[in-house]
Amino acid sequence: MTFILFFEQLLNGVQLGVTLFLMAAGLTLVLGIMNFVNLAHGSLYMVGAYLMVAATQWTGSYPLGVALGLAGTLLVGMAVEVAALRPLYARDHLDQVLATFGLILFFNELVAIIWGRASLYTSLPAWLQGHVELLPGSIYPVYRLTVIGVGLFVAFVLWYVVTRTRLGMLIRAGASNRTMVAALGVNIRLLYTVVFGFGAALAGLAGLMAGPIYSVQPGMGELILIQVFVVIVIGGIGSVRGALVGALIVGIVDTLGRAFLKPLLGHVISPPAAEAAGPALASMLIYLLMALVLAVKPAGLFTSR
Amino acid sequence: MKTRAILWGAFVLLLAALPPVALELGQPFYLDLVRRIMIFAIAAISLNLILGYGGMVSFGHAAYLGVGGYAVGILAFHGFDNGLLQWGAAIGGSALVALAIGAVSIRTSGVYFIMITLAFTQMLYYLGVSLEEYGGDDGMRLRTRSEFPLVDLKDPVTFYYVVLGLMLLSIFIVFKLVNSRFGMVLRAAKSNEARALAIGFSPYPYRLAAFVIAGAMGGLAGALLVNHTSYLTPDFMHWTRSGEIMFMVILGGMATHAGPVAGAFAFLLVEDMLSAWVPLAFVREHWQLFLGPLLVLSVLFFRRGLAGIFGKHDG
Amino acid sequence: MGEALLEVRNLAKSFGALRATDGVDLEVHEGETLAIIGPNGAGKTTLISQLAGNLRSDAGRVRFAGEDVTALSAPRRARKGFARSFQITSVFPEFSTLENVALAVQAHAGHSLRFWRPAMSDPALIEPARQVLKEVGLETRAGVIAANLSHGEHRQLEVAMALATQPRLLLLDEPMAGMGIEESERMIALLASLKGRLTIILVEHDMDAVFRLADRISVLVYGRIIATDSPDKIKLNAEVRKAYLGEEA
Ligand SMILES: Nc1ncnc2c1ncn2[C@@H]1O[C@H](COP(=O)(O)OP(=O)(O)OP(=O)(O)O)[C@@H](O)[C@H]1O
Ligand SMILES: [Mg+2]
Repeated sequence: MTFILFFEQLLNGVQLGVTLFLMAAGLTLVLGIMNFVNLAHGSLYMVGAYLMVAATQWTGSYPLGVALGLAGTLLVGMAVEVAALRPLYARDHLDQVLATFGLILFFNELVAIIWGRASLYTSLPAWLQGHVELLPGSIYPVYRLTVIGVGLFVAFVLWYVVTRTRLGMLIRAGASNRTMVAALGVNIRLLYTVVFGFGAALAGLAGLMAGPIYSVQPGMGELILIQVFVVIVIGGIGSVRGALVGALIVGIVDTLGRAFLKPLLGHVISPPAAEAAGPALASMLIYLLMALVLAVKPAGLFTSR
Repeated sequence: MKTRAILWGAFVLLLAALPPVALELGQPFYLDLVRRIMIFAIAAISLNLILGYGGMVSFGHAAYLGVGGYAVGILAFHGFDNGLLQWGAAIGGSALVALAIGAVSIRTSGVYFIMITLAFTQMLYYLGVSLEEYGGDDGMRLRTRSEFPLVDLKDPVTFYYVVLGLMLLSIFIVFKLVNSRFGMVLRAAKSNEARALAIGFSPYPYRLAAFVIAGAMGGLAGALLVNHTSYLTPDFMHWTRSGEIMFMVILGGMATHAGPVAGAFAFLLVEDMLSAWVPLAFVREHWQLFLGPLLVLSVLFFRRGLAGIFGKHDG
Repeated sequence: MGEALLEVRNLAKSFGALRATDGVDLEVHEGETLAIIGPNGAGKTTLISQLAGNLRSDAGRVRFAGEDVTALSAPRRARKGFARSFQITSVFPEFSTLENVALAVQAHAGHSLRFWRPAMSDPALIEPARQVLKEVGLETRAGVIAANLSHGEHRQLEVAMALATQPRLLLLDEPMAGMGIEESERMIALLASLKGRLTIILVEHDMDAVFRLADRISVLVYGRIIATDSPDKIKLNAEVRKAYLGEEA
């Protein structure tokens, strides 16, 4: 019984982990290659979720909604890059943080104007609503399994692109040495827009997949963004592998902590005390983990530089 | 030099004259507004010490507002209304939290520093949310303002002058700090770290000390803020708060003494104007839709800040 | 001669596949001026940075005044008596000339956890700083913001900051770089006045200056010291002429 519960929570952790990974991959590449801190990455996650909901309602088809949501986020991402972010590449991190902070306020409010401040819920098509029996006595939602599958598939594709293609070579070179890539005569501007759009689409994918699990509401992007920062700090800037490992660690630790820390604490300290301390500690767990990693490896587990 | 002294004098006089004038005009609302602005100015002044003079881009200054606020709120909740105790706990508690956060984050730099300070602040935010006994998500009401011998904070005018005095004191403290030997090291390490290392400075302890001092001052601002609002929620530590305080420093002008104060006034007045005074209901309701792009524009085109209008950075 | 003040054994530093320094051995005696010459990219700056502690070495040991300092950071070495100037001017641009030097004085004095008294009206910092400015000929520029100094003045300020820490070993990375003839002359005169009082390692392309100032000269090529000898002998050394001066032997 406990094992089955543990198994299910572990899968939930992996599911959160791949969602975090989709966010972290784009963010860490943008950071590594363009040396650009994009706080508004969370906004793209939110945009993806909202566009999918809207497109699904409009077309009446979930797959179409997903496709439009992805394409829409990609477009929004590229438009933001060209319109607002380009002048910021030459600025310092402080300016980038402040300007993208302004963008967040704008996007959150815009979404609230269009779709309201209340949470939206989406209904999934029937073929995604069921459960499967993974272990005897344990049924698990098909949808969450799908999210895990898609996330791992994207991780594989990313790995292939980054390590096996010319674009990937440029990306890796760019993450470690920007001037060199420029010296190779590559159109840096275009490379940046492509990488940014790519990251935006990944964020959108994460958002539109997370939408049916968590709630779709203004500000949803920032809650996950800060967790993604923890992932990147743990994984190391610019490293896709670090992003994957960090994301899975954070996803699993966070999920298991929320599920089991309170009962575990109950064995150590008095149950009422555990009742109070358990949730507090569980919500702080990934940040404490981050502090621990920093104490041991200040540049993260995997560094590209 | 002289014009600056005159400007400061006029500014202080204006602030000191506000309560009688506002009350005479039957507009106590302004008292409230300016008091709130001055409390945030204290937070901005303290952030300026590490951000402007120390070059540490901390995206977590709201943490200390929260720790200071909760120190006061929790003590009051348990029946300790003594202000010296409450504010002492606010300042001391924030200093300790800053010591812990700073010890980990100052070892890193650049983007890591930004992300880590933000993450730790979010951790404290969640801690606040999970404190069910103190209202959790919803927060709790402060039963009564901090109690001091001789001074009665329940009188709004007295409270106003206390805040004004503490704000001026904060400016003075930062002024003294940045011109002391300690401040010289702090600023030198920001100006040219390789050079600072080469002549024999190890910046870490100085940065950490500045971080702790700034945290302590932020805690004082938190203690004032909870007395001002009489209500305490985890939102004291919301990450957008940290961003707002940063904006105050930048808008006013980093590494200047007047900057954070000017920035706090500018930022909060603009916010107030958009959200309450603009005659268009749509703008009032969705003021963040307008504030956001305004902020982006200010970063792109108004880099030197308000203090930059009056002249150079001062030490 | 006794024990060397600075003793370097097998020092090495690579950047990726590039060996910037490769098994450098050096001995410098108290009061001596050792010049290091070598073509562009030979690894001179890398070596200075390794000695000063700004760059962590991949291999090798550095002993200073009988003590192994290999593991010490740049600031710890500075407090033991190392001082350096940078090839590319590195000062505190927002501070005045006097403040730049006073900072160096303060770094040497060591008492920096003083939070209240204004540093710049403290005679314990200002007097020695003015003294050093006079020595390098910058006394009339004391109040100027460092960013507004001329190139030659920046080079002088570099040396002034190094001197203000009262070093035992001065590491100078091309102090004459980019200077006019007159400025160079002044710098040479300044360094000549320091000669003997301080131990100096001088990296310099200006051969005239090197031959006038150095007691011994080491030639660094592709990260290796190919010769160390008196100036006269170095002038005649065939290997040096071939590797460095580009002559056929
Ligand atoms: N941080 C670095 N990263 C990569 N390569 C470096 C770095 N610093 C130096 N190098 C390389 O190491 C080699 C030695 O450089 P160094 O600056 O020590 O030469 P140098 O003798 O001082 O030359 P110069 O006379 O031009 O000042 C050069 O090929 C240089 O390109
Ligand atoms: Mg060099």
